[in-house]
Amino acid sequence: MPMTKPRTPGAELPAHPTFLWESPTPKKRYDVVIVGGGGHGLATAHYLVKNHGITDIAVIERGWLAGGNMARNTTIIRSNYLWDQSTALYEYALQLWEGLEDDLEYPILFSQRGVLNLAHTLQEVRDSHRRVEANKLNGVDAEWVDADGVRELCPLVNTSRDIRYPVLGATYQPRAGIAKHDYVAWGFARKASAAGVHLIQDTSVTGFLTTGNRVTGIRTNRSDISAGRVALAAAGLTSTLTDTLGIRVPIQSRPLQALVSELLEPVHPTVVMSNAVHLYVSQAHKGELVMGAGVDSYTGYGQRGAFHIIERQMAAAVELFPVFARAHLLRSWAGTVDVTPDASPIVGPTPYENLFLNCGWGTGGFKATPGLGVAFAHTIATGTPHRLVAPFSLDRFVSGRLVDEHGAAAVAH
Amino acid sequence: MQLIDCPWCGCREEIEFSYGGQAHIPYPDNPAELNDTQWAHYVFFRSNPKGVCAERWVHSAGCRRWFNALRDTCTYHFIETYRIGESPSFTSASLFPVTESQVSVPTEAGDRKTQ
Repeated sequence: MPMTKPRTPGAELPAHPTFLWESPTPKKRYDVVIVGGGGHGLATAHYLVKNHGITDIAVIERGWLAGGNMARNTTIIRSNYLWDQSTALYEYALQLWEGLEDDLEYPILFSQRGVLNLAHTLQEVRDSHRRVEANKLNGVDAEWVDADGVRELCPLVNTSRDIRYPVLGATYQPRAGIAKHDYVAWGFARKASAAGVHLIQDTSVTGFLTTGNRVTGIRTNRSDISAGRVALAAAGLTSTLTDTLGIRVPIQSRPLQALVSELLEPVHPTVVMSNAVHLYVSQAHKGELVMGAGVDSYTGYGQRGAFHIIERQMAAAVELFPVFARAHLLRSWAGTVDVTPDASPIVGPTPYENLFLNCGWGTGGFKATPGLGVAFAHTIATGTPHRLVAPFSLDRFVSGRLVDEHGAAAVAH
Repeated sequence: MQLIDCPWCGCREEIEFSYGGQAHIPYPDNPAELNDTQWAHYVFFRSNPKGVCAERWVHSAGCRRWFNALRDTCTYHFIETYRIGESPSFTSASLFPVTESQVSVPTEAGDRKTQ
């Protein structure tokens, strides 16, 4: 029998890029300094250029570009949140994702393969129906599928009734999907750099220069840099920065773990998430099964988590996807996610009139990247919160207008 | 797996314990006089240090009693555990960042926003 040539994993992907952005020496002053060179920081720089004509920008990154949570997330993109405020923001982001390749003129491998959010209990079934109806009212594609429907969309899922948490059905958002996170960051970085934005890596921000009520610049481990406006996009490290100014931010930084299997033939056609067993799984373009867990229980900046979290996650994965029992774990890692009391982000002005805050995305910031970029750029350029992020201000914790996505929508992001 | 030294039971595996967040946050002495900003800071705002912090833990799958711990959030190393009402032998001013004065005089953020 003739041997068929084995498929090289990732052979159909675009070739790795060589050199996409400059690494300039920092200037003494910029109009806008963005702290944090991850997805959000880079997207904000891109839309400051594109939508507001501001190009005198530095993005300051303490490590390498997009090497924090942007490199560690599980790349799921969806907009099926429960509350109007969240849906508006994430749906806007999803629409931008749909045109992002053209905008960036760079492949990001956005694959709208749909997401199933499984329901395992009667209460989850009721909550799922409620969320589907809320999504429909907000113009988001959403439907309820029963266990047979789940099997049809993703034959790998164990829909038999004799497992510990039987699958009773799922919500389905067909337009949801995944993108290749590195390519997304590189696409934004390439575009911003071409427009003259300075991407400064290996530079830690250690504090701020202030005059009265204004932030006039940043202190770094290399030199001070003055700035007209400063925007924070530092995720889990945000409070280490705001603490230096005496601004308290209600975030807790926690480890969030994820892992990948070895490269496999395409077996998993969609994205499956389950809150009850704390698991979300998709298969990357190259072939790895990408799985995420729930956050670790305690605060931690170590970019690693406890092993028992992974162990439970694998137990859940193997029960839901019996075929995965034969896959080998390739590597696991953790990011530092900034969790807020209501599981919604904090974006907007601060007590310092030219300092802007973007944090608290917790476990779900990747999917918002382009939408947040537009809204945060608008907020920085005009000094007024963009309508999509206005509900997510810091003062909602005083007014009580929380956007409580904890327990409302799929809290696993 | 990491072992945590319960002040009553001794060292047990991490999975027997639950995390209770920042320790040593007193209920306000003057609750009726607090404004919205001050309540917000009492309810929602916790310190989030990169380094040693004082935390509450409970031995949920053991004696089910609460205790306090000093833990490093970078290394996850438990420096010390001590019973409720006791003081740690390891002391540092930065461990107890929320004092009564900070609860009643919150940051400018809330003040300006609520006006």
